[in-house]
Amino acid sequence: MEILKIFLLIFGSFIIFSLAGIMSGWFDRKISARFQFRVGPPLWQNFLDLAKLTGKEIVIPDSANQFIFLFSPIIGIIAITATGAILFSNIFFYPLKWDLFIFIYLLLIPSIVIFLAGSSSGNVLASVGAGRELRLLLSYELPFIIALLVPVIKCGTVQISEISRYQIANGVNTGHISGMIAFIVALFAFLGKIGYVPFDVSEAETEIAAGTFIEYSGFLLALFKLMKWILLSVGISFLVIYFMGGFRNPLTGFLKYLLVLFLIVLIKNTNPRLRTDQILRFSWGWLTMFGMLAVIFALMGY
Amino acid sequence: MTIDIKTKALKKSLFVFHLSTGSCNNCDIEILDCLTPRFDIERFGMVLVGSIKHADVLLVTGIGTVKNANRIKLLYHQMPKPGFVVAIGACACTGGMFRDGYTMSGPLDTIIPVDVYIPGCPPKPEAMIAGIAKLLERLK
Repeated sequence: MEILKIFLLIFGSFIIFSLAGIMSGWFDRKISARFQFRVGPPLWQNFLDLAKLTGKEIVIPDSANQFIFLFSPIIGIIAITATGAILFSNIFFYPLKWDLFIFIYLLLIPSIVIFLAGSSSGNVLASVGAGRELRLLLSYELPFIIALLVPVIKCGTVQISEISRYQIANGVNTGHISGMIAFIVALFAFLGKIGYVPFDVSEAETEIAAGTFIEYSGFLLALFKLMKWILLSVGISFLVIYFMGGFRNPLTGFLKYLLVLFLIVLIKNTNPRLRTDQILRFSWGWLTMFGMLAVIFALMGY
Repeated sequence: MTIDIKTKALKKSLFVFHLSTGSCNNCDIEILDCLTPRFDIERFGMVLVGSIKHADVLLVTGIGTVKNANRIKLLYHQMPKPGFVVAIGACACTGGMFRDGYTMSGPLDTIIPVDVYIPGCPPKPEAMIAGIAKLLERLK
């Protein structure tokens, strides 16, 4: 029974978060198109892209480290599915102790996997992208963790389900000044995590030609695209559960999800790409400062 | 049945890679016009990608100079199959006014196999979309 439950948990998390992620990716493309007065792709476009990429040839470059090259997208998918399962266990009331730490740890793995993929490709542009990905990781992780401290101080627990339950009883975290600042800081750090436009140095389509993914083709590229979409939906769901009270009421939960997604797309479409040093200055300067401010406010009780 | 699904998906989501081999940039500008709000080829799922490894269609403009001939072949072999080659503009189709030039390495179809020719100097974006539509008809 226990094994069946775990299997359902992991499989269900994969299905739900990949569907949500693919649809979020479509929403992002469609809204971006509307921002530019274009029509945009049809509703099922991302499914078609995945189906098409699955049927294509896989090209492995001679200079690549084959083992890491082939296995990094699979490890990425497994890690991000496990990350989703931790959030999903909140819904099934199968709570893990200390799951916030496991969540933060697992949420790092997609970035590490992208770095591995880039450096194993044997392509110059891919290694440039890999280096940038690691610098990006260093810059956004500090404000992200500082911002996540605020609800921990507010609710007095490190269990995501407990934090969610506390917000149902005592009002959402974004209702306080400290929670609001922490939410904004965490949103910006999450933008770095998914590599969306102000922080897309590692992918930089027009500059280093898709960067870390430059040598990937066919099914492996499809896995990476899927990983990024699942990361998008898992991250947004986490922000909603952690700061905005969660999905207890499905309708308002969905609206909260759409709001965060729309904010991300809005930031993506109104900002240029930053340089690596600008990102580092922004994250370790402004974001960390505001994160600290939020922690101080939270300790003072605001 | 599975092959059928793959072909259907391929028809609805072409990733396009753009290669300029000694063109005067006029065709390149017209290719970029296809992405603008007026034509918006993303409606049909076509995206301009930065890497040949992601691409399904190789758009080639220009005469294919002596220096570029090898690179065109390399890129063609790196493109994951099934992939298609589209020759855009009079230069890529026939050599155009440069057919007797000393840097000319033959029109594109003497270097790699070409699926669709889109003539014009430069071809209009409508012509390019019509050419791609002809390519999709052939895929059935």
